[in-house]
Order: sequence, then C-alpha cells, then structure tokens
Amino acid sequence: MSFLNLNFMYIKPIAPELIITCIALILMLLDLIVRRKEVIALVGIIGTTLALYLTFKVYGLAGPQTVFNGMFVLDGYSSFFKFIFYINAILTICISLKYMEIEKAAYGEYYALLLFATAGMMIIASALDLIVLYLGIELMSLSTYILVGIIRHDTKSNEAAIKYFLLGGFSSAFLLYGASLIYGLTGTTNIGAIAAFISEKGFAGNQMLLLSMALFTVAFGFKIAAAPFHMWAPDAYEGAPTSITAFMSVGPKAAGFAALGRVFMVAFSSIKVEWSTVLIPLAVLSMCIGNIVAISQTNIKRMLAYSSIAHAGYALLGVIAGTNSGLSSMMNYMFIYAFMNIGAFAVVIMLRREGFKGEDLSDYEGLAKNHPLAAALMLVFMFSLTGIPPTAGFIAKFYVFMEVIKTGHVLLAVIAVLFSVASAFFYLRVVMYMYMKEPRGEVILTTSAPICIALAVTALIVIVFGIFPSSLLDFVSLAISG
Amino acid sequence: MVPLSWYIVLSAVVFSIGVVGFLIRRNIIIMLISIEIMLNAVNISLAAFSHYLQDIRGQIFVFFVIAVAAAEVAIGLALIIALFRNKPTLNVDEINIMKW
Repeated sequence: MSFLNLNFMYIKPIAPELIITCIALILMLLDLIVRRKEVIALVGIIGTTLALYLTFKVYGLAGPQTVFNGMFVLDGYSSFFKFIFYINAILTICISLKYMEIEKAAYGEYYALLLFATAGMMIIASALDLIVLYLGIELMSLSTYILVGIIRHDTKSNEAAIKYFLLGGFSSAFLLYGASLIYGLTGTTNIGAIAAFISEKGFAGNQMLLLSMALFTVAFGFKIAAAPFHMWAPDAYEGAPTSITAFMSVGPKAAGFAALGRVFMVAFSSIKVEWSTVLIPLAVLSMCIGNIVAISQTNIKRMLAYSSIAHAGYALLGVIAGTNSGLSSMMNYMFIYAFMNIGAFAVVIMLRREGFKGEDLSDYEGLAKNHPLAAALMLVFMFSLTGIPPTAGFIAKFYVFMEVIKTGHVLLAVIAVLFSVASAFFYLRVVMYMYMKEPRGEVILTTSAPICIALAVTALIVIVFGIFPSSLLDFVSLAISG
Repeated sequence: MVPLSWYIVLSAVVFSIGVVGFLIRRNIIIMLISIEIMLNAVNISLAAFSHYLQDIRGQIFVFFVIAVAAAEVAIGLALIIALFRNKPTLNVDEINIMKW
C-alpha cells in the first residue's frame, strides 16, 4: 500500500473543498488587479455554486467514500452540511456587497476569508480524524475572528473580535486536551477506530473517557454557542458587521453541530447515556437563557444573538434523541434556520445607511407604513423563528420535538415548547413595532439587487418548505441513508 | 525512565495553570499566553502518549498544534493592535462598550 500515490481517485471526493480553497486564493490575487468589489463577489458566488453543483451530483448516490487513509469521508451527512455552508456563503456575499461599502470596510479579502471559513466548515463536516477535525475548526475560527474585526476603525468591531478570539482559543484548547486524552486511551485519532476500540475493550465506564467527553462538550458548546458557554456570543454578534453576524450565526454553529453529531454519535456511541445526561442541561439552559434574556434586549442584533443561543438549544434536542432520525431532525433544523436567520439579518442590513445604524428596536416603529414589503418579509422571518405555521420554522421545531418525544424525553419536549411560547414575546414585539406603532421619522431602506434576490430566496424557501415540507424531509433522509 | 503518569500529571497541572491564568488575569497579552500554555500542556501529553504507545500519530498532532498555535498568535496580536489603535488599553475590564 502506498500512501503517497496521489491519484485522481483521491482528489475526486475533496473536489468541492479544493474548488472553494482555490477560488479563495484567486480572490486574494484578483483583489490586487480588480478595483470593483462586485467582480470579486461574483467570482466567489460562481465558485461556490460550482462546488454546490459537484456536491449535489454525488449526493445520495453512493455509500460513504473514505480517502486519505481514513481521515476524510464523503457521505450524505457531510454533503448535507456542505449545502448549508454553500447557501450560507452565497447569501452572505449577496447581503454584504452594499453593506460593507456603507461601513467603509469594502476590502477584497473579506470575500476570500468568507470562502476560507467555508472551506474550514466543509473540512469539519467531512473529518473522520481528530487531527483533521481540529484543523478544520481552526481554519473556520481563525477566518471568522478576522471577519468579525474587519471594520478596523470601529472600536465595537475590534472589541467583538478580541472577545470572540480569546474565548474561541480557550475552547480550542479544551478540544485538544480532550483529543489528547482519547488518543492516550485508544492509541488512535481516527473517529471510527476510537469507537471500535472502546466497544471492543469495554472501556464504556472509563473515567478518562468521560473526562474527554466532558472536554469535547465544553469545546463544542462554545462553537455552537450553547449556554453556559455562550458568553462570547451576544458581544461578538452585536459588534461584528451585520453580514458577518448572519454568517457566523449559521455557519460555525452548523459546523459545530456537524462535529458534535459525528464525534458523539460515532466515537462516543458506547457512552450515549452519559453524554445525553450532559447535553440535556445544556439544551435546557440554552433555551432558558436565550429566550428569557432576549426579552430585555433593545438592540435587534443582540436580540437575535440570544435567539440564536435558544435555537442552539432546540437543535441540541435532536442530538439528545441519539437516533439517526433525531440527527436528521437536527440537520433539518439547521437547514431551515440558515434561511430564516439570514433573511432576518438581511432586513436588518437594509435599514443601515450612511449615518444611521438602524439596529435599535425603536427604529422599526411604523416600518409597515412606509415600507410594507420589507415589513412583511420581516414578519415572515419572525413568525418562522417563533415557529408559527405555515412557516418552515414550525416544521423544523415540530420534527425535533417529535424525535425527543419518540425517545421518551417527554418532559424535555414540554420545556422546549414552553420556552418557544415565551420566545413569541420578543419576536412578535418586532412585528408589533412595525405594524401597530406610528413611524417616528422617515426610514430610508438601502436596497440593491443582490440583497433583494437573497431576501426573495430566503422568504420563498421559508414559506414553501413551511407548506410543503415533504420534499425537504425526503432530501434530509437521503443524507442519513447515503 | 520517567513513568507515563508523571507526564500526564505534569500536563494536567500545566493545563490547569493555563485555565486559571486565563480566568483570573485581566491583561489581554497574559490571557493569550495562558491559551498558549494550555496548548503546550496538550503537546506534553500528546508527546508522552506517543512515546508510550510507540505510535507516531501523536507527534504529528503536536506539529499541527504548534503550527496552528503560531497562526493563532499572529491573528490574536493583529486584533490586539487593531483594538489598541482605537483604544489604548490592554485591560479586558476596560474593553466594555457592549454589555447586557
């Protein structure tokens, strides 16, 4: 067996990652030649679409393809998460073009970093080895730290980046310590081999294994912004450029869930009871803190940050169920969450103009009078985030709750439903401000073609999958089977 | 021959020093160094396990950790400089525009 024989068979499964990385590098060079940022953004979108096409072509066809000595896998699970990352990248590029000009931070490397972060997420989703997983997480995180602080002249952006960086680095160290313990215990870093070793030797109750599982929980808890590891999230989300807030509330969170699902469902499958006991308080606390603290927020970005903490709690329920269908309900949740969350942030971005932040809740007063369409779109996204039918948010929550009930966690489902009722207060307050208050001043929207397309797509998906969920569910089930 | 358990204890102690340092010190540079101490504690245990198991994988992991840690420091210091230009302080308690 020769490991250096790098033939085409090895390249094919990682083709999407290679394309994204190459496009990111090309964008950095293109930035030196082309002055118009629209061109750079367009090349980025085209490259991502190409990668999306390649992933779509193999989706659900063959079984898992493992390459690079079992370190990297192309299967339905990773492909599905990659769809989320592509959509996240494309929509973020669409909503950030005009916005970054207004923020006076229209740098070309912004788009390159977006794609590098996306490549990192894709590697996380496909990693079958703890070393590769770590590299993916760092590639994603390091790119995102810079993106958060990319408005260099804004102290708020700097502060958000520093806080995100310090706590992100702190959590990575926990991940590594967990990985080193598991390596010492099993003598391998391959996720599949770890699982085989543990079940073969009957290490299930081993304390080192439990400690390592706890360390992994801390690290992934930071990445998905689940309470009590959420402290960085509100500050980072508020200070970051709004387009990046949209990006990082979907991408790194979904990547964290991808890693969580892979490591806990495969490597730690023999201690399922233990890890679900650890994850349950995490989920409940996330839903509690996210939904309750969001009520007292006046800044809409901060409110959506707490809402994203709460949504991490809901999606965790799918993992807690600990079955394949539970996992697919979590994937379904993240897919729908990507659309409704980016849609909501796109409306927030439209309010931003030269000399006007548009981040305060009171800025939304009477929006429906002057801009009925924008208000209607915001209404759809807020309804969807609350989980009111016939929007897709309802379908997402419904399947996650159903899976936890199926596995016997009825009390957990009841708590989740109660908190989701409480969340209606702050989501629908935005709607109330828009429709039932008089406008205080003229609010001018900054519209551009890309942001309109992004809004149309997200709103359409949220409504269509809310009314006809079966096509989406079939699509998700392909991921688990293939 | 130093037994494996000594290395593991050393690694745990160094890691704890890093965690405590990160949590109680308020200077950004010191917090950054604390993270580096934690990463190096991991390197100690990985190298020790690698020698004990006679398996090269752990040492390869160490190389990756060192390389990524270097990149992390570069980005961290860049962010600190960007902040320092707008607000000349290194105390995290004074970096508090955003609060709940």
